[in-house]
Amino acid sequence: MDFINTNLPYLLAGISVGGQYALIAIGYTMVYGILRLINFAHGDVFMCAGLIMIYAVTWMPLYAAIPFTLLMTVLIGFLIERVAYKPLRTAPRMSVMISAIGVSYLLQNVALYITGGLAKMYPTIPWISNTVTIGTATTKVVTIITPILTLLLVIALVTFIQKTKIGMAMRAVSKDFETSQLMGIKINNVISATFIIGSFLAAVGSMLYFTNYAAVIPTSGAMPGLKAFVAAVFGGIGSIPGAVIGAFIIGICENIIKGLGWTTFSDAFTFALLIIILIVKPTGLFGEKANEKV
Amino acid sequence: MKKLSKGNIITIALIIAIYALVFVLEKVIDPNSMLFIVLKKGAIYALVAVSMNLLNGFTGLFSLGQAGFMLIGAYTYAIFTIPVEYRDAVYQYFDGGIVQFSIPVIPALILAGLAAALFAFLIGLPVLRLKSDYLAIATLGFAEIIRAFFQWDALGPVTNGSNLLRKFPTFDSTLFPFTVAGICILLIVLLINSSYGRAFKAIRDDEIAAEAMGINLFKHKEMSFVISSFFAGVGGALLAMFQTTVQAMAFKSAMTYEILLIVVIGGIGSVTGSVLASFLFIACSEWWLRFLDAETYIGSFKVPLLRAGFRKVIFSIIIMAVVLFYRQGIMGDRELNFDRMLKKRQKFIEKTQREGK
Repeated sequence: MDFINTNLPYLLAGISVGGQYALIAIGYTMVYGILRLINFAHGDVFMCAGLIMIYAVTWMPLYAAIPFTLLMTVLIGFLIERVAYKPLRTAPRMSVMISAIGVSYLLQNVALYITGGLAKMYPTIPWISNTVTIGTATTKVVTIITPILTLLLVIALVTFIQKTKIGMAMRAVSKDFETSQLMGIKINNVISATFIIGSFLAAVGSMLYFTNYAAVIPTSGAMPGLKAFVAAVFGGIGSIPGAVIGAFIIGICENIIKGLGWTTFSDAFTFALLIIILIVKPTGLFGEKANEKV
Repeated sequence: MKKLSKGNIITIALIIAIYALVFVLEKVIDPNSMLFIVLKKGAIYALVAVSMNLLNGFTGLFSLGQAGFMLIGAYTYAIFTIPVEYRDAVYQYFDGGIVQFSIPVIPALILAGLAAALFAFLIGLPVLRLKSDYLAIATLGFAEIIRAFFQWDALGPVTNGSNLLRKFPTFDSTLFPFTVAGICILLIVLLINSSYGRAFKAIRDDEIAAEAMGINLFKHKEMSFVISSFFAGVGGALLAMFQTTVQAMAFKSAMTYEILLIVVIGGIGSVTGSVLASFLFIACSEWWLRFLDAETYIGSFKVPLLRAGFRKVIFSIIIMAVVLFYRQGIMGDRELNFDRMLKKRQKFIEKTQREGK
């Protein structure tokens, strides 16, 4: 019991961060499932969502700023795909990955230019920033909201993919890119939809994440982005439940390691986990096995 | 000894001329001018970019661990060369550290490479079994782990924890990084043109076919990885000398991305391309685009958008344009080859003569 009491704050923080990683990880895993592309820019889209929110609240009331942020982030995600990835559809995979790295570099530099290199304070969203006490731990409401919201969104997403026509098209495209094209699926629409969903979830994630962390800098997106990616690989890339479970595991482990006083290694741990899973089970927990054809 | 072709003689003469030019420039121009900063940093990046190209362009291993190996090189160099009398000042929180001797610069540079190569050997054993994207992510992950490891307090007596390492010997002359980078790049070129180099290219073009031809995949991949890391380590040590201080914080994945972009701009699979691109890249980012960062007035009209950071925005837009529309980069996968140029010229002359008759 003592162990739980002392570690409860870390456990709560872990679940909360896990939920936020999960929201980002879904974007990675869906894009990878369809395009076989590690979207290195996704973490930076997440950072942009944070910055948009900060600037939006200076112009408009909060209840308008939240939908505005969601909309703008979706637009950024959509534009990135159209401008940077679509022209490279027939190019080797490495070119697309390099393009993604280029976009990430661009977004960070634009953010640096706009903010002037200063850390921007994230606005306080009422109610979810309130503090509550659970057992022995004091925390913000957002900590409790995050996992619930994450699960609701994931359930909605899975239903969307299983039940709707565009969801079915997504599954078809991720199974076989070319055949689905022959079957009359407009893959460009499907890919755009994937990016829109991914960016939307990243924007929601950024609101929850930055409520806890308060400041946004141009490189804020890099680490959460990489970790969410690790989560996606850990769960088996291409699998949505896998990404969510992976994200929660990483979030919780990372915070418990911080609780043990090994803060320097909390980032390194994530990557160590990645390397172990890649060596032991390269397709992740729920990934499908891909055979190489000669 | 094999007789040198005409083209090779021109190439060698050109290289000697460049070195001579740098030597003369140093005597003529103010040594603190921006030109030399660009040349020094450009030479260092050229070495690292070529080493990355050996891996990504010639062996087809998409690795993103370069910054990590540079970090190992930089730290190894710094740790072993800080003069004993300065150690108390540098390791002020760790009682002067546990390394109580220092070695000369050149052996330290080689040691820096060897240390990076050793790490690469160990990392390569598990990681090189992975393919394309997974390899990229795993190497990126290792680079991050290395960074965390070097900042670890328990290693403080060796690495100075998260504090700066400084007061190690550095260089003044631009010729120093030019010479070291030049020798290293020459070695890489010789390697690429050897039978090992041909095996690397075979692996790049088709792994399964290469294996069927009797090339030991793992052995050659590991070899390419270790050699590339060796030179990245030397490059890291040079970078430490250039910056005069070392801190693990600086070797982020952003650094790897920059080097990767240099390789792409130069052309994946072209040594000359990487070298040219790194000088261009450094010159643009450090020097030529500087004016974009200054607020400018034409008369009383303030030119819009120009302020600190704008340079980087323009710069990244240029890079995106290269990546999207000019995918071959400067050189594609060709090298600067005077033999071919001479042959072309010969053909051209013959053609015009025939037409003239």
